[in-house]
Order: sequence, then structure tokens, then C-alpha cells
Amino acid sequence: MRIIAALALWGLLAAAPAPAETLIRAAVLRVDVAGLPPISRLDLPPADLGLAGARLGTEDNATTGSFLGQTFETAEYVATPETAAATLEEALAGGAGFIVVLADDAATLALADAAGGRALVLNAGARGDGLRGKDCRANLVHVAPSHAMLADALAQFLAWKKWDEWFLILGSHPADADLAQAFRTSAAKFGAEIVEERVYEDTGGARRTDTGHVQVQKQMPVFTQGAEDHDILIAADEAGIFAEYLPYQTWEARPVAGSAGLVPRTWHPALEAWGATQFQNRFEAMAHRPMREEDYQAWLAVRIIGEAATRTGSGDPARLREHILSPEFEVAGFKGQKLTIRDWDHQLRQPILLTTGALTVSVSPQDAFLHQVSQLDTLGKDRPETECSFP
Amino acid sequence: MRLAALSLVLLAQPALANKVYVSNEKGNDITVLDSETLEVIATFPAGNRPRGITISPDGKELYVCASDDDTVRVFETETYRETHTLPSGPDPELFVLHPSGNPLYIANEDDNLVTIVDVQSHRMLAEVPVGVEPEGMAISPDGAFVVNTSETTNMAHFIDTASSQIVANVLVDQRPRYAQFTADGKLLFVTAEIGGTVAVIDVATKEVIHKIGFEIPGVLPEAIQPVGLKITQDGSRIFVALGPANRVAVIDGATFEVTDYLLVGQRVWQLAFTPDERLLFTTNGNSNDVSVIDVAAMEVVRSVPVGQQPWGIVVAPD
Repeated sequence: MRIIAALALWGLLAAAPAPAETLIRAAVLRVDVAGLPPISRLDLPPADLGLAGARLGTEDNATTGSFLGQTFETAEYVATPETAAATLEEALAGGAGFIVVLADDAATLALADAAGGRALVLNAGARGDGLRGKDCRANLVHVAPSHAMLADALAQFLAWKKWDEWFLILGSHPADADLAQAFRTSAAKFGAEIVEERVYEDTGGARRTDTGHVQVQKQMPVFTQGAEDHDILIAADEAGIFAEYLPYQTWEARPVAGSAGLVPRTWHPALEAWGATQFQNRFEAMAHRPMREEDYQAWLAVRIIGEAATRTGSGDPARLREHILSPEFEVAGFKGQKLTIRDWDHQLRQPILLTTGALTVSVSPQDAFLHQVSQLDTLGKDRPETECSFP
Repeated sequence: MRLAALSLVLLAQPALANKVYVSNEKGNDITVLDSETLEVIATFPAGNRPRGITISPDGKELYVCASDDDTVRVFETETYRETHTLPSGPDPELFVLHPSGNPLYIANEDDNLVTIVDVQSHRMLAEVPVGVEPEGMAISPDGAFVVNTSETTNMAHFIDTASSQIVANVLVDQRPRYAQFTADGKLLFVTAEIGGTVAVIDVATKEVIHKIGFEIPGVLPEAIQPVGLKITQDGSRIFVALGPANRVAVIDGATFEVTDYLLVGQRVWQLAFTPDERLLFTTNGNSNDVSVIDVAAMEVVRSVPVGQQPWGIVVAPD
């Protein structure tokens, strides 16, 4: 499946002296894993998930490029875990110097290793801390936030609320364990206590497609019954098996956060601050649907490439890569401040939205948490804690 | 009896009171203040999401970008009656009038265009493609260049007003929001909200000759977001609204050094002088008020509550 989103100058006839044309080639590669549909039909993935964001990023880059004699091309690929490696080769053979990857941790790591020195990989999907830690790679930049950043963003808000007794419920999938570990680390870091932990086993049942709300209403109170006194339930459910069932079905009258309830995210279609309204409008006019996190992250990944091309005036992938990984690099992303890249693990620093279904409730980092370098480094693994070492 | 009547007449004619118009982005209306009494004297509806606001040189027509209505609404300043609309192109955000009062140059934020509109015939004269998310608009005092800043492209685009063509693109820091020429036309100042800087551009060479940074003790650097900017006629002082830093920076026009930070309301965006430059007004979007700065004393002397999320501001000419 290959669709070229070739963006020429579409008649932008600026009279400014046009330098020689430079073409900057990238690819966006999404790796889809077969699985159950999400709990809520509102969360069904659109066919162009992530790809639409990359498309808007390419359009934005092309508009800017038209004033600098730069054109941008982003090839789009959708693969399965089995076809991902071959698809990557196809993208590289097509001349892409940058690969935006929307995949899970394992597939992202495999693609980064396969790309090696041939391309800079921009991770727009995978959130595992291992990928930024012991499995980090020098040719991999993380636009997607880490579990540690998401957990810290929530923990700071809960610390401000003084809701410091957490009841942690984690799923039985490996990614759930990674997220749960991030919540444990955040609790320790920000002075909260996990008073009890339970594992929600994925037995394949109790989904809307079979048993529906009647069973959920009976199961969830029982599952959450008799826990130690707590202020809030924290759900670690990366697999999307149970968390959405928790709000209003808990034994105690307590709020839910984490994978449901108050959810830490990079993007929310209701965000209006920091010029986000016009960005949402542009995306919706193009894609005919609200923007999802995957779209935002893919847009941002493509914008990072474009910003490097604008600032360096170059189309040479090596030169762009050098700029992206330099301390001079910064990019705007409708988050009210410049976004930069950590040199110790190549994680993009960014504020995290704390959202409900309808709104942004708060944005972390919270004001009270200060840092000697960047307040954004209060979210996620800071330099002294990193397990990453680049060769 | 006679004496009393005389003094009443004198009192009733305060020297040089000007109307101050504030667009309230969320309130969908315009608040009118009196520049002498600093009281709210009127409020009138202005369509959906009013942002950019300006006034004709004769003070008779008020132009408002009704962003969500995709139009520019025109009001009679005497009666606050809407007389007509102008074809603005989609999502008009900020605009600038030619010094002669015609035409109007409008930034269309959602469509990467600058639209040029004849305010007399109400016709669109031209559309100029610019960078992504055009916002700031400035015109050189001689009317030769219009400058547009594009927030995601991060450029100041110089448009030749004679040919309606872009003649130069100057790269500035992240998210340029506002631009203004000095009265002598030699320098152009461009604020970069996310970059946290103000670029000083030499108009002759179209090159950035200086970048002004800001540092405020006790304020996080991320909160310092330059947006609105005004320069005194003599060029000696530049005032910059710093958004969520809740301050207006005062810059020496000769050295480009910051000399003062004035504490105003929350999320300060746009600025406007009275014609005599005695007072400077600021719109504070999060505290829903206007701060009034006494320019000679360099002091904030008053805060006046206005509508919901005040955005733009203009003071009527004398």
C-alpha cells in the first residue's frame, strides 16, 4: 500500500527569487496489529490514523518550503508486524531519509535497528520506557511521550490535588506492566502511596460485543471491592481491555485516572489554547474528523523534519539529522512553549494534557514543580536517571 | 447660578477624551471605554469570535475581524450600528489598514492567505498566498510594503503593495505573532511568541539585525511569550506584551535593552496608545480586563473589567 503525498508548490507563485529546488523525502510507516475493537466505538481507529497528521505536516512544510525552494514528499505505508521490515526497505529504496513510525515498542525497535545508519526514525506511537532506556537507539527520536512522562504528568496534578493514596489496577498485557511500573515510579517521585495493586486478567470476555453493560455493572464493583482506603483509582491498561469500564462502576465513590477517566495525552480534539483552534480547524477541514494523538504525533514528527530543513536551508538528511539532535533545535507544537529534544535519550520534551472525554482539565508540568534546566524535565526520565547510553 | 453653569460646561468638555474599543473573543462583543474617565461607556455585539480590530483614519468606521463568521464587520463609531461587512476570506484574525484608510490587508489564519479588500467598494482586490497560519500584519509608513507573519512557517513575508507580490521572506523565531514598523520606516519589529524573542529587522536589507530576549526573576522562561508590540512615534521606546508572563516589557529604542517590566493582567496580548501616547492600554485575556499604563510614569494606574477574553484593542484618533 503506497500512496505518495507529493506536495508540489501548488501554484504558490511568490515573486521572491526562487532558489534551486531541494526535495526532502520522508515516509510514514504504520504497523497495525490485529486485535479486538476498542471498548467504545468512539475509539474505532480511522483508516488514515496517523497518516492524516503526517499529511498535514507535509502540507505545512511544503507551504514554508515554497518560500525557500524546498519541496517535501512523504510516502505513506501501512504494514503488519510480518511485512514491516520489507515495507521499510521499500521506503528506504524510495529515497526516504526519515521514517516516521507508528507502531508498538517491539516493532519500533526492530525498524530502528533495520534502518540503522540509513535513516533517522521518528517514533510517533510507541510509549514504552525501555525504548528510551536500555533499548535506546541513536537513530531513534521519540515524538510520542514515554509512559514515565504520562505518569509523571498525572502524578503532579494529583500531588497538587493532595490525592496521594492510589489504588493501582493494571492489565495483564506486557505494555500494561510497563505503564504500571511508570505509575509506581511516579508515586515515589511525587510523594504518593500506592495503597493496593490488583491485576485485571484479560480473559477475553465482558466486552460490549458480548456481555455489555449489564455484566460490567456487576463485575467492576466486585473487582474493586474491599480495597485499602484510597483517594483515586489509577488504571494501567495500554491494551484497552477494561479501564473504560471503571468510572462510576467502582465499589467506592472514587474518581478514576490513567487509562480512563482523567487521561494524560499529547493531544485532545477539544484543546483550544495556544492557537490550537486554528490547527484543529485545518486538520478537520483536511481529514473530516477530529485529530487524535497519533495524528498529532505524526504531524509533529514531520514538522520536526521541516523545521530542520527551514533552519538549515538544507535538504541533506545528514545535515538535518545533525540539526535535529543539536541543542539549537526547537519546534512549536501548539503547546504554549517551544519543544526540544533531550540529548540523553532523544525524547521530545512536551507538556502533557490531562483530559476527560470532553475537555482538557489541566496541563502538566504543574506550576509548583520546578527544574534547574527545563520545567519539562520534571516529566519523565531526567538525565541522572536515564538508562540510555548512545554509542 | 451663571457661574455654576459655566463650570459645568467646562467640566463636561474634558480635554481629548478618546473612545477605546476592545474586542472580546469569547464574549462576542466590543467594550467601549472612555480614555479620560476610564469607564466602560458601551458594549455592543460584534459577531462570532471578534479578534483583530482597527479604525479608519477619520475615526468614523470601526473594523472587526469576526473570525468564526469568516467576515470583517464594519461599525459606525457614532452609533455602534453595523453598517456592512467586508469579504475577508476565511477566518480573518488580524489586519492592517493602509495609512490612507484604504485598502485593508487581512490575514486569513486557516487558509494561508492575505486578502486585500477595498473598504469603499467592499470588493476583494487580491489574495496573496503566504506561510502557514498568517497572523501579524504591518504596513510601512509610506505604504510600500505590507508585512505578514506566519505562525507555523515562522517568517515575516514582505508584500509589495503595488504588485501584491511577496518580495522577501525573513525567517524569525517560533510563532511570530505581531509586527510593527517604526514611524521612520527603517526598522520592523516582529514578536515570536514561542521563541520568546523580538526580532529587529532592517527594512532596507530585510535582515534580522538584532534579537531581543527577556528574563524576569521569578517567572519561568516558558511563560515569557511576546505577542503585541507598540513603538512610540519617536522610536525611543518599544512596549511588548509578554502573554502569560503577565507583564509588558519596556525596551529602549536606541540600545534595544529591556529597561522595565510592568505587571499587568493575566495573559496580556494586544496594546494600544492614546494618540498623545500618554496612556497605553493592554488586553488581558485570562483576567478579562484592560490594564492602563501611564507612559510617563511607567506605572500601571488602573485595571478596567471588560468582556470575556479581551483580545484586540484600538483607540480612536483625535
